[in-house]
Amino acid sequence: MAEHVAPAAGARSGIWSWITTTDHKRIGILYGVTAFVFFLIGGLEALLIRLQLASSQNDLVSAETFNQLFTMHGTTMVFLAVMPLSAAFFNYIVPLQIGARDVAFPRLNAFSYWVFLFGGLFLNASFIAGPILGADSLSVAPDAGWFGYANLTSRAYSPGFNVDFWVLGLQVLGIASLAAGFNFIVTIVNLRAPGMRLMRLPVFTWMTLVTQFLVVTAFPVITIGLVFLMFDRFFGTNFYQVSAGGDLLLWQHLFWLFGHPEVYILILPPMGIVSEVLPTFSRKPLFGYAVVVYSGLLIGVMGWGVWSHHMFSVGLGPIPDSVFAGTTMLIAIPTGVKIFNWLATMWGGQLRFTTAMLFALGFIAMFVIGGLSGVMHASPPADLQQTDTYFVVAHIHYVLFGGAIQGIFAGIYYWWPKMTGRLMNERLGKTHFWLGFVGMNLAFFPMHFIGLLGMPRRIYTYGPELGLDSLNLVSTIGALLIGVSILVFAANAWWSLRHGETAGNDPWGAPSLEWTISSPPPAYNFSVIPEVVSRLPRWSRTQMRAIPDVPPEPVHVPGGSFWPVIAALGIGVLATGALLHTLWVVLAGAAVLVVAIYAWAFEPFEV
Amino acid sequence: MVSDQDAASQHAHPGTGTYLAVAAVLTIITLVEVGVFYVPAFKAVLAPVLITLSATKFALVVMFYMHLKSDSKLFTLIFSLPLLLALGVAIALLFLYGAFVRG
Amino acid sequence: MTHAHVTSTGLDSRKLAFWTFIGSECLLFGSLISTYLVYKGRSVRGPTPHEILNIPVTSVSTFDLLMSSLAMVLALAAVARGDRVWARVWLAATAFLGLVFLGFQAYEFTSFVHEGLTITTNLFGSTFFTLTGFHGGHVAVGVVWLLTLLVRSFQGKLGPDKALNVEIAGLYWHFVDVVWIVIFTVVYLLQ
Repeated sequence: MAEHVAPAAGARSGIWSWITTTDHKRIGILYGVTAFVFFLIGGLEALLIRLQLASSQNDLVSAETFNQLFTMHGTTMVFLAVMPLSAAFFNYIVPLQIGARDVAFPRLNAFSYWVFLFGGLFLNASFIAGPILGADSLSVAPDAGWFGYANLTSRAYSPGFNVDFWVLGLQVLGIASLAAGFNFIVTIVNLRAPGMRLMRLPVFTWMTLVTQFLVVTAFPVITIGLVFLMFDRFFGTNFYQVSAGGDLLLWQHLFWLFGHPEVYILILPPMGIVSEVLPTFSRKPLFGYAVVVYSGLLIGVMGWGVWSHHMFSVGLGPIPDSVFAGTTMLIAIPTGVKIFNWLATMWGGQLRFTTAMLFALGFIAMFVIGGLSGVMHASPPADLQQTDTYFVVAHIHYVLFGGAIQGIFAGIYYWWPKMTGRLMNERLGKTHFWLGFVGMNLAFFPMHFIGLLGMPRRIYTYGPELGLDSLNLVSTIGALLIGVSILVFAANAWWSLRHGETAGNDPWGAPSLEWTISSPPPAYNFSVIPEVVSRLPRWSRTQMRAIPDVPPEPVHVPGGSFWPVIAALGIGVLATGALLHTLWVVLAGAAVLVVAIYAWAFEPFEV
Repeated sequence: MVSDQDAASQHAHPGTGTYLAVAAVLTIITLVEVGVFYVPAFKAVLAPVLITLSATKFALVVMFYMHLKSDSKLFTLIFSLPLLLALGVAIALLFLYGAFVRG
Repeated sequence: MTHAHVTSTGLDSRKLAFWTFIGSECLLFGSLISTYLVYKGRSVRGPTPHEILNIPVTSVSTFDLLMSSLAMVLALAAVARGDRVWARVWLAATAFLGLVFLGFQAYEFTSFVHEGLTITTNLFGSTFFTLTGFHGGHVAVGVVWLLTLLVRSFQGKLGPDKALNVEIAGLYWHFVDVVWIVIFTVVYLLQ
């Protein structure tokens, strides 16, 4: 695939150009669309869960199906929706914010996407694969919870394919995340435009850097935990076998050593998005930029020292409990610092309540509630009352829906004009926001009470004598409202692509570099590499040199390559072979992978 | 790619003499390690002695063979942060599993 | 290529990526080694480490891997100064010493199996074979990588301009070596 001069817009079309693309913007769109589809699937699972729980003794779904629904809901939302939705912005926005023409390794970037896609398809194939594997339909999806506690996941207690899908699917997805992690760290460190010093990086790019550091350090740990589980199930090893002296808590340690950094992997990118949206619509630079950046770094490091607060109820003893309670309360400080910086950013600003701004404000408000309930169960005695109840479900949804998802929607409304060249409809956008905002509070606020009143999580039904029917019904109505709000969003997106107003380079009057170029940007992004002279290039008095619409000299952009998708396919085949315990399929997948790696390495490809 | 050559020649790699000296030290330390293992007198201090020796070997290879001593400090940073995390995790887990409790 | 760009840090992107990868690998092996350590002495039945580990043989294979690291740095030096003959000699020597190490490991694994220790026997077997197997897998990948470079050298495509390719392979190789330095101490000597 030799390099070539960037063709005119529209020349690169057709399905093949998307499959072989190495353009970070296209890969960003692929990530976004794919993750949104998985988000819809995960949302559908959530609605089924809520419908089942709408009244006591309900029998909409069976206990077995319910287990599969909540397991896949959690797994999907964490690994197939929130993470890749953030990845869509890493891909599309980060190179534009640092003044680069692509990421450091465009083909590795494509590889990450394809591995993520195949991993997601592999996991979700479990819903329909039953009959092929000699089981009933809807019977082999993962069903041991999104954190798959040992020994529920052992062959003895989960003999079917369910946990095999989960253990293999997550390893495949881990490869995608790791590859993207290396790529974006190098991109941000090494591909900054001249003058784009580290302390001039937009906060979103900074948070991306911290997130990717967490990815490349945390994912190896879960990989090893999953390898142990896979060996236990496939080869009869003893890692989580109590009878052989194995310790079930080892899984919990390895999982949460990964799992807590993962929480920050989910929330730091939306925090970065909010740090872009608030200044733009307050017409004021971010208050305490450096402090926000350092808080993010501090959260990234401290996120490694709190994992056992997920394990207070297992009885680690007073000393570990005290230490982890202490570190958990401490990590609230840098988080709180960020909240106050955002509030101070708005103070005295010229506020414009666009949809993006509403979502950013919703993020702050809801994240504070989720953060407060988080500090509540940082205290071990309180945690013992709350753990494994709906209180924790309320907490995680305030943080991940009220926080992460609202932050991501803020990003979608903010950068949609940059990505598509068209504005979204503000009235539909605000309808989306308010329906979702009311819906999420109806859905998740009652869960605090449901939990404190004693309803455990992960049960498929409950008795009428608990007296929780009406609170559960309210929660279900809220979930349906969220569902409606997502439909409004989909309608808005469809409307915008057809009838949306043309956006121009910068519809918001925003400060950062991505708004200096056309929307959507040309294949080469910047006709000349910008020279950055300040942290807010478009707001500062010292004007940067203008970027011409037409490149003064031909710009080389990397051509496509089909080796990334083939290498990813090899990994998918490998996982399928392992699932089926069929050696020749495993070897075939490995062979495809090796051939693709060599072809990739020796393919002429200039960045 | 011009930058490749630049990056490769930017920093002076140590010479063959240094490489051979490091290899000699590594060999000697390995001999000492195995020796210490077999000498009963060292039983009481076996763990600290062996850990120190192996950390020295680790540092020698990383500093000289992987050029961290003469290379950009950024590489050192990007390697040592995860290394320290891994070390911290190992120590924390050993603590949680009571490895440092006597009796 | 006149458009080759200089990076913001002046450091090569591939080398930077590779150091990031090595950092990530620290956590991978860190998790494996931690698991080995927390499970030490918890097996409910034998064979136990001091019954079965062969220190003299492993000392030799440890020395072998250390010497392969020496051959590796000499290979890089030869490639960098454009010395094709010695580049091939040292690359081949590194790969050969790597293969010898794998041979020692194959010998060790089979003799353990004969003495009744497999990956399923007890916790020691599970943790030992998984940890050293992961390391051996890394060595095997390294050997294939080195042989690829050797072939490129014979094709006349490993001149001084490609020294960085050799340097990165070397980083991988030395990292696998330092992991073994830790494993040798933690698994074999500190029983």
